[in-house]
Amino acid sequence: MGGVNGHVVTQRRRMTMTGAEATAEAMRQIHPDVVAAYPITPQTDIVMRFARYVSDGVVQTEFVPVESEHSALSAVVGASAAGARAMTATSGPGFALMHEILYVASGYRLPIVMPVANRALSGPINIHGDHSDTMGSRDAGWIQIFSENAQEAYDNLIQAVRIAEDPSVRLPVQVTQDGFIITHGMEIVEVLTDAEVQQFVGTYEPERYLLDVERPMTVGALALQNSYFEVKRQLAEAMVNARRVIADVGEAFGRLSGRYYGLTEPYRMNDAELAVVVLGSTAGTAKVVVDELRNRGVKAGLVKIRVFRPFPAQNLRDLLRGTRAVGVLDRSDSVSGGLGGPVFAETKAALYGLPDPPVMTGYVYGLGGRDTTPEMIESVYEDLAELARRARDNYAEVVADAALAGHYLGVREPGQNGSPHRHGAAKLGER
Amino acid sequence: MNAPGKAVSSEKQASVTLPWTEMAEGGLVPRGGTAASVKTGAWRTGKMPVIDLSRCIHCLRCWIWCPDSAVILDGEKVTGFDYDHCKGCGICEQVCPPKVHAIQMVPEGVEG
Ligand code: SF4
Ligand code: SF4
Repeated sequence: MGGVNGHVVTQRRRMTMTGAEATAEAMRQIHPDVVAAYPITPQTDIVMRFARYVSDGVVQTEFVPVESEHSALSAVVGASAAGARAMTATSGPGFALMHEILYVASGYRLPIVMPVANRALSGPINIHGDHSDTMGSRDAGWIQIFSENAQEAYDNLIQAVRIAEDPSVRLPVQVTQDGFIITHGMEIVEVLTDAEVQQFVGTYEPERYLLDVERPMTVGALALQNSYFEVKRQLAEAMVNARRVIADVGEAFGRLSGRYYGLTEPYRMNDAELAVVVLGSTAGTAKVVVDELRNRGVKAGLVKIRVFRPFPAQNLRDLLRGTRAVGVLDRSDSVSGGLGGPVFAETKAALYGLPDPPVMTGYVYGLGGRDTTPEMIESVYEDLAELARRARDNYAEVVADAALAGHYLGVREPGQNGSPHRHGAAKLGER
Repeated sequence: MNAPGKAVSSEKQASVTLPWTEMAEGGLVPRGGTAASVKTGAWRTGKMPVIDLSRCIHCLRCWIWCPDSAVILDGEKVTGFDYDHCKGCGICEQVCPPKVHAIQMVPEGVEG
């Protein structure tokens, strides 16, 4: 493949790249048969780079320029059903425009892989990173993998191909990266060789496909009261199977690259008493805070959710068992009337029934790309320390109150003109 | 339950009586030409086309335009309609040349 100077990677290289560049590079190395896409900030940089690879003859991918994201995913659904390895990419409002077809892709069990540059949804209009787009489709039957940085955006995309196409899964996969924060942030990324990526993803050999004239079939037949439910039950089972496959592929990728991946990533959780649950780029910021708190003797830890669908409920039960207080960070809001965001709701659900569970509370943060500082995250640990302290005397009441409390982290409250930062009176560990 | 790691084979059928583990994945119908066995004409409402073969010039416009392939031919001659699949849309009546006017949409049940 390739053959154009500078576009064939025969030796592993560490390069400075944005998340968008790293994603386009992974797409070049995956070398899909068909890509259909419509540009939308901040995804544009991914598709623009990939389209250039196509026009320069670096890849032989069939690129389908379409008039909307609804059409982009529709074209990819058609290509995938026809037997092609097919990809698209999108962001925010474009992702929302795909909503109808998301269900078609998963319902037909098409292993489409789609990078998503997370972007806030209008209105008011905003082009920056939050998770409202992907969280809005969390029930659409797609596997959802979140990336912490450009390296993970690259690594996750390559793994996604194998996960999607596994015969026991056959589900579409979204690989997300926070808009601008990752898509446009420059980082060091280790790029595998083209041959390594090609070998890892392998050749796509669909069991059935529309262009197989020897074995004709119908995709998209009407399925009414007597069969639709069974098809959805199969989909649910595939998502259960995906847990094991994602873990296996993450392990195999680790053997290849030295970077191992699971459904969750615990950080300094061994003896942690106060834990934050977070996904996306903010996990990186939170790790810095955990290190700082650990230096001060605070038993702080972090659980990064890498895979939101399938939801890693058992991992969270195992990792958070034994903590005293847990703060769950959501970069989107369920607007549920005070109950916080989706990660909070599902984490609580995952821990339901644990004997002596930690006090849990939720924070919506970073909407519309609002900067989330280490100080803000430290203030969460301060809250958790306070909750754990109060829970000692009055456990039942504190647990119940905290579970129903949706906090907003980094929003300007009355009396905080100009600065949304919240600082505790004294630093944790220095009281 | 599906055995872990084993796909539901798409060779299995889209039968509406089978448990979900036995059905073809994703609602796909693992055979071709299955529309013939589904009598979509059953939900035709209101009107149905009736042809006056003495007027028909066999231009085949109705055959080309019919969205449900419900115009029956014998060689290159129209012989009538497949009422098991005709949806009663009336397109054939509309495209039949006005001077010929061989097709009439008549209320369901009075054709005979
Ligand atoms: S009424 Fe419609 S469906 Fe029926 S034969 Fe005419 S064109 Fe075909
Ligand atoms: S369009 Fe009219 S004239 Fe032409 S074949 Fe059909 S019925 Fe006959």
